Amino acid sequence: MGKGSPRDFKRQAGVALKDPALRIALGRARSGFVEKRTQARRQLPEFDRLCAAATRVRDHSIDHLDTLLVRFEQEVLAAGGQVHWAATAAEARQIISGICSDAGARVVAKGKSMVGEEIALNPALEADGLTVVETDLGEYIVQLAKERPSHIIAPAVHKTREQVAALFARRHEGPRRDLSGIPELVDEARRVLRRAFLSADVGITGANLLIADTGTSVLVTNEGNGDLCATLPDTHVVIAGIDKVVANATDAATVLRVLARSATGQPITAYTSFFSGPKRAEDLDGPKHFHVVLLDNGRADIRQGRYRDMLRCIRCGACLNHCPVYTAVGGHAYGAVYPGPMGAVLTPLQWGLRESRDLPNACTLNGRCADVCPVHIPLPALLRQLREDIHDAKVEGRMQRWLLGRWVRLALQPDRYRRVTAQVAGLLRRLAGARGRVSRLLPIPGWGRGRDMPAPAGKTFFQQYRTPSKSSGDRS
Amino acid sequence: MSARHPDTALFVTCLVDLYRPQVGFASLQLLERAGMTAEAPPAQTCCGQPAFNGGDRAGAQAIAKQVIASFAEYAQVVVPSGSCAGMMRRHYPELLAHDPAWAARARDFAAKVVELSECLVQAGINLHMAWPGKVCFHHSCAVLREMEVQGQPLKLLAQVRGLEVTEPVDREACCGFGGVFSVKYPDIAIRLADDKLDDVKASGAELLVAGDLGCLLHLAGRASRRGDPLRVFHLAEVLADQLDQPGIGEGA
Repeated sequence: MGKGSPRDFKRQAGVALKDPALRIALGRARSGFVEKRTQARRQLPEFDRLCAAATRVRDHSIDHLDTLLVRFEQEVLAAGGQVHWAATAAEARQIISGICSDAGARVVAKGKSMVGEEIALNPALEADGLTVVETDLGEYIVQLAKERPSHIIAPAVHKTREQVAALFARRHEGPRRDLSGIPELVDEARRVLRRAFLSADVGITGANLLIADTGTSVLVTNEGNGDLCATLPDTHVVIAGIDKVVANATDAATVLRVLARSATGQPITAYTSFFSGPKRAEDLDGPKHFHVVLLDNGRADIRQGRYRDMLRCIRCGACLNHCPVYTAVGGHAYGAVYPGPMGAVLTPLQWGLRESRDLPNACTLNGRCADVCPVHIPLPALLRQLREDIHDAKVEGRMQRWLLGRWVRLALQPDRYRRVTAQVAGLLRRLAGARGRVSRLLPIPGWGRGRDMPAPAGKTFFQQYRTPSKSSGDRS
Repeated sequence: MSARHPDTALFVTCLVDLYRPQVGFASLQLLERAGMTAEAPPAQTCCGQPAFNGGDRAGAQAIAKQVIASFAEYAQVVVPSGSCAGMMRRHYPELLAHDPAWAARARDFAAKVVELSECLVQAGINLHMAWPGKVCFHHSCAVLREMEVQGQPLKLLAQVRGLEVTEPVDREACCGFGGVFSVKYPDIAIRLADDKLDDVKASGAELLVAGDLGCLLHLAGRASRRGDPLRVFHLAEVLADQLDQPGIGEGA
């Protein structure tokens, strides 16, 4: 599981719905994340105003992306670091591969990075003969299970504690031991990971924000693993999308105040780290070499088009946690790096409409994602726009296109519409008999699988209705 | 009945027209009782949501124009569905914003659109009815978020003497209908219906009521397949005291 493709969304979702352990794991996560965010919001009366401020910050960033990025680069260079520009995922892989080779690296310690997933970094480094160890607990679990993250901030959210215990027992060396509680699992992971930190030659982390006027990469974690990746190895590589830049520390603080609250319901994460370059003479610790890899991979194009709002995204995951589809099928069903509503927008833009046409459609447009988005991304509107693009490119199902076309034509001819609907109502009524519902033989096969179709009354409203003003003769 | 021109139009909605005409008649009755003169103009068909949500912008625009033109003469347009009302009030102006001949008309039209429960509360209707029982009210997403109609249905239900009103614990959760979604992704839609129905069951209510027929057809269809002894009605039917009639999906 976890290696699927967006093309197989339907099948993957079907498999996920039949997985009882997944249902338990997602159920726990859903209630946890949703309740904690609700509480965090309640405890901060100005939360909604902060979100509006964060939205303005992110808009400002996207509007001035080019100048902010150039400033960021200047500051990193001035601090003794290096900046690499990667137009594509392949370029980013080559750059990082080169840095590792220059460092003579054998072991790489990685902090959680969705951009790392986006460019499929681990397989590339492993192909170079490197040992790559994920150090975020959730990401480590996923790596051990040879899966992909199923959530952008909780990579192993699809696994129950019992499944993780079984995985550790199977994959870690050592005698039989008690792995029944979360503390025992964390301790065991910590022991394994500590060895990796100490032997790593290169540490790679993502970044939640890039601060332009100080050249600082900001990373939030709850485990402190990011700090270890950044300070223990001789070389630290930050990989981030170009959209992550903000103007200054004040703007960064505004975003950080809504980020953790939206993500986990915390006022702030346990660790918020600021990396501004290699170790200076007076520093107690830090890497000898500091690199930032800035990834475009379609972002500059998105910025030019009508999906620009999507670049405000701060990857908090609130839209996933509040999405009924995501919480029913989990992240792997999407078959893409980014799942849930934000992923259903990003994936078609990055991978193409035909490949991912299911994702924007597998949404009830209930709007809860937009309600909880801390940077006010109009996700349902963007998903609807993608449906328009799919329709305009004629890559949707042919049956769907034909049926929709017929419906629109019918709706535009009220008289014909009246006759056809009257026939359909009568037909369904006869199929139902006295039962009040139709269970099979439906013109819409998707409905009948697990639901009855309540039968129409028999005559449509307009077959029965007489306009009062018509009968009184004062309106024609 | 007064002989004056009806100034209120009912947009019946395609689902009510086809599946549950009594919701339309109950709505008209309630509007009259609230002091309005209402009628259902016969030129209406669909609000255009399937086209709009299906990516056919041109189709949705054509339907929007037809609706706007056929309701031009009314002072208000009442809709017994949050999602159709949301389509007309929120999305028509967006859809036609760049059409110089229609942008202003769409905005004017949108300002006239009102969801049924919203309209009845505004008009200060007095129901004078009693029904002993327990009802669970499902807030459809469009009512909650697109129309921002929050308390009106509950206010109206509170007028029914003897009626105990509850809500699902996760009151903001989608029931999984989502229009074409429920046909294209039936397995997911059914899981979401199950979650909602479990939530309703836990409330101990014997009646499930909502203001959107789409959600109700989906939930009633699933409840009936599961064998849940739940009776399902549209809000308008409850308020018009029609609970002695068969519920949605019940035999005649």
